[in-house]
Amino acid sequence: MKNTVGHPLKKYFRGEINYTTCSGCGNGIISQSILRAIDEIAIIFDQIAFVSGIGCSGWIPSPSFNTDVLHVTHGRSIAFATGLKLAAPQMKVIVCAGDGDTGAIGGNHFIHAARRNIDLTVVCVNNGIFGMTGGQVAPTTPYNSVTTTTPYGSIERPFDLSNLAIAAGATFVARWTTYHARSLKNSIKKAIEHKGFSFIEVISQCPVQYGKVIGMRNDPVSMLMHYKECAVNINKAKNMSADELKDKIIVGELVEKKNIPELTDEIKRLRREASRK
Amino acid sequence: MVQINKDACKGCGICIAMCPVKILVFSDELNSRGVHFPKITQEEKCTKCENCMIYCPDFAVVVKKDEK
Ligand SMILES: Cc1ncc(C[n+]2csc(CCOP(=O)(O)OP(=O)(O)O)c2C)c(N)n1
Ligand code: SF4
Ligand code: SF4
Ligand code: SF4
Ligand SMILES: [Mg+2]
Repeated sequence: MKNTVGHPLKKYFRGEINYTTCSGCGNGIISQSILRAIDEIAIIFDQIAFVSGIGCSGWIPSPSFNTDVLHVTHGRSIAFATGLKLAAPQMKVIVCAGDGDTGAIGGNHFIHAARRNIDLTVVCVNNGIFGMTGGQVAPTTPYNSVTTTTPYGSIERPFDLSNLAIAAGATFVARWTTYHARSLKNSIKKAIEHKGFSFIEVISQCPVQYGKVIGMRNDPVSMLMHYKECAVNINKAKNMSADELKDKIIVGELVEKKNIPELTDEIKRLRREASRK
Repeated sequence: MVQINKDACKGCGICIAMCPVKILVFSDELNSRGVHFPKITQEEKCTKCENCMIYCPDFAVVVKKDEK
């Protein structure tokens, strides 16, 4: 579909801006937030490489963004990104992953990349579901949700991906929802500039598959308003009880640690030291 | 100035909901995808907040701050 109106972010696209996402999908809002962050940092786009896995979220950079984009197998985006960063440490590497990609099949890659504090920026699109494959339960789906694969309600409790990242050693962690597109953009800016493993969880609407689960089918506006109502900033959440925080989404910059050794720097140091022996 | 690329629109209604002064409405017309796209009414009330642009998942809205 030809986009006749000149969009200020058009310069980052290979051709026409033409997402094949469903109407109202959060992916496009996240795409804009990533690109506006890059635009504001004024970094050369060619110095950034994107890696994405299989899933709707994988189509945020691929094949649209006009720089290096690796669209790899499901769950392996962080593994490929690790290899890319080790081979080309001068590149800024941004991963666009789904919650299934990150928390299910790719869970081990995720926690170990955080533990190693490798300089990657992971933007995790958490829509609470396996979107692309038809609404199957994900490790992020809330307890007792009816999905395609849990017709009587899910009996497993979900991962809190941001807390998992923090526990595993990530040195920059933020969580926002698509309702917080501006704050999201600001945290992505910080994450790109942060030296170390940055994890940004974005609670994002999948009105088609997850909308069904919460009775908001094909209603992205209600989902956005739901995020607005449920969101509590971390600064406020600190003084609230677990009961008060039930069903809330804690948003904000959760962790920022500086001066923790980063993996590619450690490898350089090791090389230097080994060559002296 | 707020420009809407009607054929890129998927009719989700997010821009309409996010406009703080409620000047966007669905048009009666259909675009080439067969959905009702938004149109701007009373543009003089526009605060140029850019919400409609920032929240459009399909990059169908452009707000030009320096143009009337
Ligand atoms: C190795 C492998 N296992 C399973 C699949 C099937 N598969 C494709 S996408 C996907 C899950 C997508 O969910 P998520 O990562 O949350 O992305 P979303 O579509 O929700 O953005 C699965 C299970 C696959 N493509 N490859
Ligand atoms: S299935 Fe869900 S996540 Fe995938 S494009 Fe559609 S709305 Fe977006
Ligand atoms: S720029 Fe803001 S005020 Fe103007 S139409 Fe868009 S959302 Fe409404
Ligand atoms: S947000 Fe974009 S796609 Fe949705 S109705 Fe508005 S112009 Fe159309
Ligand atoms: Mg998902």
